[in-house]
Amino acid sequence: MAMKGAIVVDREKCKGCGVCVVNCPVQVIALTKEVNGKGYPMADMARPEACTGCANCATVCPDSVITVYRVKV
Amino acid sequence: MDTKEIIKPENRVYGKSPVLTDVVMHYCPGCSHGVIHKLIAEVIEEMGIQEKTIGVSPVGCAVFAYNYLHIDWQQAAHGRAPAVATATKRLYPDKYVFTYQGDGDLAAIGTAETIHACNRGENIVIIFINNAIYGMTGGQMSPLTLEGQVTATTPLGRRADLNGYPLKITDLVAQLEGTCYVTRQSVQNAGAVRKAKKAIRKAFENSAGGKGTSFIEMVSSCNSGWKLTPVAANRWMEENLFPFYPIGDLKDK
Repeated sequence: MAMKGAIVVDREKCKGCGVCVVNCPVQVIALTKEVNGKGYPMADMARPEACTGCANCATVCPDSVITVYRVKV
Repeated sequence: MDTKEIIKPENRVYGKSPVLTDVVMHYCPGCSHGVIHKLIAEVIEEMGIQEKTIGVSPVGCAVFAYNYLHIDWQQAAHGRAPAVATATKRLYPDKYVFTYQGDGDLAAIGTAETIHACNRGENIVIIFINNAIYGMTGGQMSPLTLEGQVTATTPLGRRADLNGYPLKITDLVAQLEGTCYVTRQSVQNAGAVRKAKKAIRKAFENSAGGKGTSFIEMVSSCNSGWKLTPVAANRWMEENLFPFYPIGDLKDK
């Protein structure tokens, strides 16, 4: 059974550390080119179709800015 | 399936714990403190002990921990958190009391308090953040700095003949009769985070069971102090700190 996932990033609280980017097993996340109010780039779903909702990104996020959603398809 | 169809409340599988406040943490991007705060919050939430937990925060970056977790806190003088936690636990034996200390706090100025609290077997949890430097004050050498490691106060690297040897305080407290659970964990990837959470949960359960002191060392990164990016700091930690501070349980009784 395949899983489809999606993440929502609290863009104003993200500090752009990039720890989620390297912990994503399917390379869904990339940092944005634009910056938020604090001047940090933000985590963003660059390849949303590949996300499985494994929650590795949110597990390692130091600022708890990622919420993960998952459905069975 | 469109992303908008997936993002619905009933499909939510992971998010911020309600024990964490909405305050933006002052920690640097990628700091291990944030992950460990989150793990403590999740364990408190899962055990349903939010009203029964008292944290003792240290001097160091985590001094502001009381802004980030919705629990009771007590501030201690530098290094004295285990002594304050001892008093708190003895006065309120039904509470869960933990200290949250860095390596400069726990293993330098607070060595005596740490060793004696562990030797008395106080029913507290000690969470020890080891990043091998004094992170808050600008990356000076701490007792746990590795030999040869460059810091603000050892610009040519730590020398054993001048600065002494790195202090493996976790190995020391594992020798003491009063400790029931001594472990070394880390939070640099998802697998390590899940193991670290189990360790924190076990420590809190030991505290309720009156088994003695639980001591968790978290080998952590300080990317600002090490002058590396967050991802490179995690890699440096795996390559340099892990061989000297190996991950795993030292004692479990």
